[in-house]
Parts: sequence; C-alpha cells; structure tokens
Amino acid sequence: MLNSIFTILLFQLIGEFIQKFTEISIPGPVIGLILLLGVLLIRAKYFKEYPSIENSLVNFSERFLNYLPLLFIPVGVGVVMHLSLLEENLISVISIIVLGTLLTLALTGFIMEKFLKNDNQK
Amino acid sequence: MIDQEKLYNIWVYLQAEPLFWLTLTIGSYIISDLIYKKSNLFPLFNPVAISVLIVSFILIIFDIKYERYFEGAKFIHFLLGPVTVALAIPIYKKWHLIILNSKAILISLIIGSVFAISITYILSLQFRIQEELILSLLPRNVTAPIAMGISEIIGGIPSLTAIITIITGIIGASLGVFVFDLMKLKKMEARGFSLGLASHGIGTARAMSKNKNAGVFAAVGMGLSGLITSILVPLFLKMIL
Repeated sequence: MLNSIFTILLFQLIGEFIQKFTEISIPGPVIGLILLLGVLLIRAKYFKEYPSIENSLVNFSERFLNYLPLLFIPVGVGVVMHLSLLEENLISVISIIVLGTLLTLALTGFIMEKFLKNDNQK
Repeated sequence: MIDQEKLYNIWVYLQAEPLFWLTLTIGSYIISDLIYKKSNLFPLFNPVAISVLIVSFILIIFDIKYERYFEGAKFIHFLLGPVTVALAIPIYKKWHLIILNSKAILISLIIGSVFAISITYILSLQFRIQEELILSLLPRNVTAPIAMGISEIIGGIPSLTAIITIITGIIGASLGVFVFDLMKLKKMEARGFSLGLASHGIGTARAMSKNKNAGVFAAVGMGLSGLITSILVPLFLKMIL
C-alpha cells in the first residue's frame, strides 16, 4: 500500500513541477494523471516481463476512489462563506446551474449514445 | 451533577482543534453514505449534499468560522489531488474500450464542453447577474481544483467557483438519471461519460456506484473535460469580448 501511495504522490509532484515550470493552464494533478496513464500503458506494451506494483496500485486506487465523494465535502462547506452573495442571486444562480447542467447532460449523453460502438460489455 | 462550566471549557478547547472538524467531516459522510445506501442509491439522497448540509448547519449554529473548520478538513481536501492522479488506473484498465470509442469520445467531448460553457454564459446574460458572478460560474462543470484555477485566471472568485462546482456536481449526480431515463439512453457508457463531463467527480462517483463501465467513462469524461475546459474558457472570453 505504501508503494501505491508513494507512486501516486510522486506522479502528482512531477505534475505540479511541470505545471509550474511550463506555466500551462492544466492543473498539476491532471498532468500527473496523464503521465501515470502513459507509464502504465508503455509498461503493458513493451515491458510486460518486468515485475511491477500494478496489482497493488489497482487494489489501492479502487478502494481510494470509493471515497471520492468524501473529498468534496470541505470545499462544499465553503458555501457558508458566500451565503449573502448567493442569497441575493439565489434564484438566478440555481436556475443557471440546474438548466445548464441538465441541458449539458442531455446533449452530451445523446451524442455519445449515437456515436458509441455497440459491443462494450467487456 | 455534570459540571457545565467544565464541559463548556472542553468544548471551547476542542472546537479550536483540527481533530474535531476532521472527525465531524468523516462522521457526517458515514451517516450520509449509510442513508444513500439504505435508500438503494436513491439519487436525491446524494451523500455530498447531505454531508455538506449537516456540517454547514453545525458551523452556523455554533457560529464557527469556515477557516477554523478548514484547519481540520484540509487533511481531506488535500486528497483531491492524489485522487485525480489515481483516476489514471480505472482509465488504464478499460483503455481498450476508450480506443474502440475514441471517435465518440472526441466528438462528445468537444460539443459537450463548448455547450456547457456557452449555455452558462447565455443563461447568465438572461438572468442579468453581475460580471464577477458570471466569471465564477463559467468553469462550473469541471472538478473543483481545476475550476478554481480557471476562475482565478479569468478574474472570478475561486472559493465561490468551488461551491458552484459542488452544487453542479450534486445536481448532475442527483437529477442526471431522470434526464437519461426521459431520453431513453440505453448505453451505460454514454450515461457515464455525460455525467463525468457535466458534473465532474460527484457525477463520476454516482456513475461508479451504479456500473463499472459507466464509472470508467465518467472518469474519462471528467479528466478530458477538465483538460479542454481549462483551455476553452479563456479562449471563449477572448472571443466574446
């Protein structure tokens, strides 16, 4: 487990470094995600015979991702800081979010369903 | 007899400590998650929404500043970065499905992301809200840390953007299923991708709890929309101004 934690932190650290160094607008953790994905894919393709921590990484990340919703609570509670600004515009803001989100969900889902291949049950 | 003054002094001490707020955050999540599971994953009992309500209620009742709460909650908040990196693993496991559907993903990604930004802007003009609020709303469909970064670059209020993204996530995760059912969408991958794109991590968590392929496509939708939106929003503003 410690290996998995270290790997994930290391990739985030590299991602943050690249973000600061190149000053691009893509956040560090997303760069870390892309790099880790790249390394996993390259290993699976060219270095299959070498030992790796892939299995423990898979186990760890599955358990970690189970707690994804928990991680949004601290930011969400920040709502108490902006109560007055939100209150003044409550109906507008909620309407924009609800309408915008539902329409985006509908359009994206519709297009995706049209273009998806049919045999994805693997 | 319980010594009330002593109890009050202990409370004064504890509420100043990170331990209390960390425990409260995890505790309210356990309760909310239990309610969600007991209700058979009923979408309106979204665990993030219920936890935020519980914790906010307690902060308001006891007149606690957010900064004090965050002293404890920051340990959980920190994990948002690593969990984003960890999303590489489910994507890697289902990489063959992503390659197989790369055309569908690319088309939906571009149209969906451009639409999300434009509709937010158009609705904001309709409702005549102030500019600062519009700028805070624009990146609302991507995950909180990315959206906050975009908001800061374009002149919004990052902490306000953060809450708006959480509300967006909760709306998508709790109402998405009704939209999909209404439209009779059958493919779990389409539902998942759409949830990830339009309502980031909270939508992704919902998709993961319902179906494995939906979860993977949600993770892909969330990652890619975060990527492309951080490029699109500044570009969009340059075009309309």
